[in-house]
Amino acid sequence: MIRDRDYRRKQARTGLTYLMLIIFLIGALLPFAGIFLTAFKSSSELAQGPFALPETWQFDNFQKAWDGARFGTYFRSSVIVVVPVVVIATILSTMSGYAFGMIRFWGDNLLLLLIVLGLMVPSEAVIIPLWKLMGTLGLRNTYWALILPQVGLSFAFGTFWMRAHFKSMPTELVDAAVVDGCNAWNVLWRVLFPLSRPALLSLIVLLFMWTWNEFFLVLVMVTGDLRTLPVGLALLRGRYAADVPVMAAAATIVSLPVIVMYFIFQRHFIRGMVSGALKE
Amino acid sequence: MKTRFFSSRLDNPPYIHPYQAYLFILPGLIIYAVFVLWPILNTARYSLYDWTGFSDPVYIGLDNYAELWNDDDFWLALQHNAFFVIFYSILPIMLGLFLTALMTRRTLRGMTLFRTGLFIPQVMSPVVVGIIWRWLFAYDGPINELLLALGLDGWVRPWLGDFTWARYAVGGVGVWVQYGLCMVLFIAGAQSINTDLYDAAAVAGANAWQEFRHVTLPGLRQQILVAFVLTFIAALRVFDLVFVLTRGGGPGKETIVTSLLIYREAFQYNRAGYGAAMALVLTVIIVTVSALVMRLQASEEDAQ
Repeated sequence: MIRDRDYRRKQARTGLTYLMLIIFLIGALLPFAGIFLTAFKSSSELAQGPFALPETWQFDNFQKAWDGARFGTYFRSSVIVVVPVVVIATILSTMSGYAFGMIRFWGDNLLLLLIVLGLMVPSEAVIIPLWKLMGTLGLRNTYWALILPQVGLSFAFGTFWMRAHFKSMPTELVDAAVVDGCNAWNVLWRVLFPLSRPALLSLIVLLFMWTWNEFFLVLVMVTGDLRTLPVGLALLRGRYAADVPVMAAAATIVSLPVIVMYFIFQRHFIRGMVSGALKE
Repeated sequence: MKTRFFSSRLDNPPYIHPYQAYLFILPGLIIYAVFVLWPILNTARYSLYDWTGFSDPVYIGLDNYAELWNDDDFWLALQHNAFFVIFYSILPIMLGLFLTALMTRRTLRGMTLFRTGLFIPQVMSPVVVGIIWRWLFAYDGPINELLLALGLDGWVRPWLGDFTWARYAVGGVGVWVQYGLCMVLFIAGAQSINTDLYDAAAVAGANAWQEFRHVTLPGLRQQILVAFVLTFIAALRVFDLVFVLTRGGGPGKETIVTSLLIYREAFQYNRAGYGAAMALVLTVIIVTVSALVMRLQASEEDAQ
């Protein structure tokens, strides 16, 4: 009798927990669902409420956003910036992470501290001299003005991340390779690199997300067609800005690549952001 | 001297010469130094100059800082940043703790689903988040429609254009963005709490609240500190979200924040020197608070 009551109480509590979690889950997802559904509607359908399904799933709004509101151009800019930043920063941080994690040398702590500083400073701290520097170099309003600083900032996190990873690797692996006659360069790229897939994947998805979403730097450094998607969306003016379904389609275009990445690699996203933060 | 210095003091495996470490670091370090470190130092330098960004800088000592001290907008912006700390840090941490308490010590199906879903606002561009919430908060938008449907006609208002409510609306979006991160941090932390402690609590007849208060909460101290640092930095740096939500600080100056002022001074009013002074103050606040909390964390780790 008592047992039965205990059991029921436990059941009720579990049920309540699920209810709470589902409410929060809906709260997190509903806004996205609303904007996504709106992107497929015509303006006249808006009156039927934000979460009514579109009568016909039409791509007109995407067409308008892509061509008319120039989001195709901004998409191109985003890709042109993100790909080199992620590739270059990953390679450079793998190299320096290896040096900090596996080699002991004079000044290692001081150098590391200098690099970790880059994790803490906000972009506001660099933006004004950076703008001046890019002017001097003649790079203002080019993709370089976006790529180079973001490689620099990504290098700070990447070094930190890969250092922690290489530190945790067993040295026996290296010893075996050395017996086979490898030098430091080959040990890194032929032995350690292939074994570092999970850490590298986490690093790549995080750098992708950060670079894709970067706003301040892009806003300041470039204008017109060189703008990346978030800035293009924030500065959207004129007739499309008042057109809610086109705005919704544009917001979907901006967020879709990150969402797709997130659903494929969600473990890596979460692991990277959580353990990256805890190690800081 | 040099060979001894390199070979005997540092116990590297024989195939590595320590100088190689510098070669591995150098390419990235050059880019980092030129495009991150050097600009930081120059921000400090420019803050002592009267400089439009185009003119020749004129050294004026601490005049920019003196002006900053008497700048009402700057103090107002800092106040708003402090106000957003409540919504970016304190409330998300409390909400995250609440959700963690629900999820720990219970085997729930679909944990991954909840975690993945609740974390989504974290990975989205703040611009997209801003666009979505501007639409939700619009005068003829879904939130007001819902209020009408519930018969709460008196509450219908242009949320982001309302002088009293705009700050709370922007803050509310901050909560929505940040609590997922806090929760995920805490769940990861809770998994490493020794289960014996929970068993002991159960034997002692602790109820859910007591269990949370005496086992879960103390076990999560580290994670709470980390969550605070991350969200605190986010609250002080907030830029793109406000830029989109209230079109840069409106209505009036109700949601103006420091980074918006920096942008305005340096790149719209051509007062780069003054903007640099603001940027330096903001940076010093961020770095100081982060360092202090991290110190606290480190000293606790030692104590354990």
